[in-house]
Amino acid sequence: MSGYVEAQLVILCLSTIYAYGIYIPAASGQLNLGAAGFITLGAYASAWFNSADGPGLPVAVSVVLAMAFTGIISFFISFPILRTRGVYMVLATLAFAEVVAGIVINIEFLGAAAGMGVDDHANLLVIAPVAVLVILFSFYFMSTRFGLSLRSIHDDESVATLFGVKVRTSKVIAFTVGAMIMSLGGSLYGHHFNYIEAQTFNVLLSIFILLYVLMGGTQTAWGPLIGAVFFVVVPESLRHVAESLGWHWLGEGRFLLFGVFIVLLMVVRPEGIMTRTLQERMADGLFFRRQESKGKQVESEG
Amino acid sequence: MSGDVLTIEAMQKSFGGLMVIDDVSFAVRRGSRTALIGPNGAGKTTVFNLLSGVYQLDGGRIDLDGTDITHVAPHDRVTHGMSRSFQNIRLMPHLSTVENVMLGQQATARSIGELLYPLGLFPKNRWRREAEDALADAGVGTYPGEVVANLPYGIQKRIEVVRAMVARPKLLLLDEPAAGLNRAETGKLHELLDRVHASGVTILLVEHDMHFVRALCDYVVVLNFGKKIFEGSPDEVQKDAEVLKAYLGTDAEEAEEGSGHAA
Repeated sequence: MSGYVEAQLVILCLSTIYAYGIYIPAASGQLNLGAAGFITLGAYASAWFNSADGPGLPVAVSVVLAMAFTGIISFFISFPILRTRGVYMVLATLAFAEVVAGIVINIEFLGAAAGMGVDDHANLLVIAPVAVLVILFSFYFMSTRFGLSLRSIHDDESVATLFGVKVRTSKVIAFTVGAMIMSLGGSLYGHHFNYIEAQTFNVLLSIFILLYVLMGGTQTAWGPLIGAVFFVVVPESLRHVAESLGWHWLGEGRFLLFGVFIVLLMVVRPEGIMTRTLQERMADGLFFRRQESKGKQVESEG
Repeated sequence: MSGDVLTIEAMQKSFGGLMVIDDVSFAVRRGSRTALIGPNGAGKTTVFNLLSGVYQLDGGRIDLDGTDITHVAPHDRVTHGMSRSFQNIRLMPHLSTVENVMLGQQATARSIGELLYPLGLFPKNRWRREAEDALADAGVGTYPGEVVANLPYGIQKRIEVVRAMVARPKLLLLDEPAAGLNRAETGKLHELLDRVHASGVTILLVEHDMHFVRALCDYVVVLNFGKKIFEGSPDEVQKDAEVLKAYLGTDAEEAEEGSGHAA
């Protein structure tokens, strides 16, 4: 495998992990623009636990401890943040990420603005299986009754309450689990590139991750995967297409074309590429006998 | 165990300076089918919202099956044996039919194991079977996987009743279940409610369609401007002077001729 392909796959895996961290709270209607904050917490915590100047723990232990650390912090900040909703939650989480960056940049033993070297290395053979586990976990998590309550909260919070869903508890859990997944992605980022600085995890990163999820669709667990693949693979592919055709204007302006894609997508599929209805239609298409019998039953009822 | 599944004592609620529920008391007999009627703005839906905990009472008390639930949190009231449907359909638009019904089962699943059981991964699990059976019994079992927003209105109305029923309530609150239904759909709803009643569930419903109320209910409570003005059998309510006045805004004598149309 060439270094280029491996680098691209690592970016794809990390983006997918981040996207699922945003997706789980988003499934209950939370718009979280603080991805960079949780990624920073994970990356720095794991780097510190792993560093020879710190406890010098093995990389696996550091990553898990970093998740626990991020989980505790996000649990406590979820209470004030979840008092807001919609666009105000977007602002609150954005502010949180800025605060994290501001604090990290001023901590001397984390390298401050100069960034921090990370000791142990994690390559694609570690990152890819973790990404697969995160995907499988998210599919499982959203298929449970707890996942069903999250999706109900997204649709109608007060009705969900009246049927016995503990809305606040569920939202706090979703927020915290999402933060821990992003922390995991952040730790792996640090251990792969062996160098982290707070400025890498900026607002643009948070925006992109939220876009992966919203474009992919928040109604099914396929959404973030589709969104992350689309956002990572399409711009890169456009570059290759441009190179092989010798179209320099496309190579230079591929993000312009990509922007047009995004706008078209918003117009054609405002609820994301993968919706619940589309999933049903595709399942019907794959098992066409089911569709046939369905049609008959509908007729007999009429 | 008393003969009443629900007792409301001196219920009061005001929004700002407007008293919407003014000292309302009544009881719902176990096994009855009670209707709560009244002109628009009488406070019927507010009573439902106070019962289910959407609003807090300003005064008074609610007893459900002998337990004081006045200060019980909304998400716990369903575990005390009360579930409801809504005036405007409030199914979860992005969930499938069967998932909406499985949400109704939420109150019966409280352990961590039940909350973390992967319902979606095992299509033959007992929760899903129960939900599909309940849908089939109500005559809407044809579309378990269909996203609710894509289904006709009359079907959605009945799915709401099924969702409320799988919570295993003692008392089922229905807010205008027949509103907007055509005759065939109303007939099917009536059949469904007969089955609900036969299974031992008490029904309290808000309804404007007096034909439907007369056919289904055995007791009627009438509200007007937040006050209870009458309670009794459906036959008596038609003759009550004050009820006629509330609906028609005229004296009973004048209304006598028009009483057939009053419904």
